[in-house]
Amino acid sequence: MKKRSSLVAWLFIILGTSYFLLPLIATFLFSLRAKKDSLGFTAYQRVFADSSFYETFLFSALMALLTIIASLLLLVPTVYWAYLRHPRLHRLIELVSLMPFVIPPIVLVFGLIKSYSRPPVILVQSRGLLIAGYMVLTLPYMYRAIDAGLRATNVKTLTEAAQSLGAGWPRIIWQVIVPNVRGALVNGAFLTFATVLGELTLAQYLAWPAFGPYLARISQNKAYEPAALTIISFALTWVIFGIVLLVNSKDQQQTQFGGTH
Amino acid sequence: MNWSWLGTVPFFLFACAFLVLPSASLVIGSFQDNEGNFTLQNIADLGQPSIVNAYVLSVQVSGVTALLGTLVGGLLAWAMVLGRLPRFVRAFLIPFSGVASNFAGVPLAFAFIATLGRVGFVTVLLKDLGFNLYDKGFNLYSFWGLSATYLYFQIPLVVLILTPAFEALRPQWREAAESLGASGGYYWRSIALPILTPALLSTVVLLFGNAFGAYATAYALTGGSLNIVPIMIGAQIQGDILHNPNLGYALAFGMMVIMTLVLVLYSWLQRRSARWLQ
Repeated sequence: MKKRSSLVAWLFIILGTSYFLLPLIATFLFSLRAKKDSLGFTAYQRVFADSSFYETFLFSALMALLTIIASLLLLVPTVYWAYLRHPRLHRLIELVSLMPFVIPPIVLVFGLIKSYSRPPVILVQSRGLLIAGYMVLTLPYMYRAIDAGLRATNVKTLTEAAQSLGAGWPRIIWQVIVPNVRGALVNGAFLTFATVLGELTLAQYLAWPAFGPYLARISQNKAYEPAALTIISFALTWVIFGIVLLVNSKDQQQTQFGGTH
Repeated sequence: MNWSWLGTVPFFLFACAFLVLPSASLVIGSFQDNEGNFTLQNIADLGQPSIVNAYVLSVQVSGVTALLGTLVGGLLAWAMVLGRLPRFVRAFLIPFSGVASNFAGVPLAFAFIATLGRVGFVTVLLKDLGFNLYDKGFNLYSFWGLSATYLYFQIPLVVLILTPAFEALRPQWREAAESLGASGGYYWRSIALPILTPALLSTVVLLFGNAFGAYATAYALTGGSLNIVPIMIGAQIQGDILHNPNLGYALAFGMMVIMTLVLVLYSWLQRRSARWLQ
């Protein structure tokens, strides 16, 4: 009986794994065939020789970074403040942070264009609007990460202790609260980074030279380079996710440390 | 008077400017004609056969990938947690699920073209074995092709969400049931599945939303050939096909209505499951 259930389990795992590995293997094999009659990394060389690969990648990475900074500056004080003083507002903030789930990116960008392409406020050509859009898209992850971090920290006690020692608000947030939720913030930041890096919809319709539209353009015009780019972006996702896992395990050790004191 | 709510003002200003105002402007635009007069024509126009078909197709793709994704992902999570497999399976499957659930958009579409396209790896392999997928009615740029592609990010999401639910099934419950004479099937039907039901249902709803809003994957896979609502809205923003922005606003409004219903259902299920498991 026990042996049989393990066999069935193996069957599921093997079937599932092949469904996930086949497209990767197929893409990889395809990417090696850029040169006629031989296998090689020609497609990768061409990708890395293309200057717009770097330009679009750097643009998206910079936008991702700015999105992360702006999100943290906006959300950390807000969620902290709500935890400290306004449990009821906290519910409202939670509700707002779920709204991007109701508004898919394509709907969001349509709304942004409609709202900000004519007077009184014209923002469609500003990077600020793109970043604001990215902040909205990643709000659910970022909020959740910060919320989880603060939930695990005793915000009230820490704040009162800091206040009784004479610390002001900026100092409390920067030197007391942020270090305590650092792991959670890094998690949210990397998820945001991964999301923004390959994002297509917002960048395309707000007409920015970002990595997502670059990928789309290449995949329509070329044969082998998109396969190489697919493998590269899968590897990139692994790198980003690997860092999250690393930070997570480190953070757990830290919290365990904290618990023994 | 308590002024401390002021600390949350920047957040609410931001939300109003970039979340509430854009959505509200779409909703208002749905009820206006080109001159800004009030009309119900755009909403009525949603009843055109091509638009109804696009909504039906969007809901079908989202529904099918949500149900199939939950089934397959659930079986994988079950196999991983309760299948008595060696540890390395889990050590591989969890991080892989994290990566694969984030692997969407253009690269994912291309991976499936290289796999199941007309000259894709698997298509050619099956042809060599004497089975022609495309003669049998399969087409990557159709309903099932799009669904197979969406399942690539749907299934791993299920594995991530349902693993804790399977872990919460205590082995003692099964032992207790068996010592009272219950068969394995009876245990699953009467004990395990009822406990898992809330988690399974909310997973389905979450996946539905995940697929319903997906634009980049469908766009990269089919260009404009498969009419789902996000693709239709995209064409409308470019303004070269329908030439009626207000109809586009109504299309977007329709998506928000459907997603709001989904979210209401989701929170209701969440609350129910929380009560149930207490």
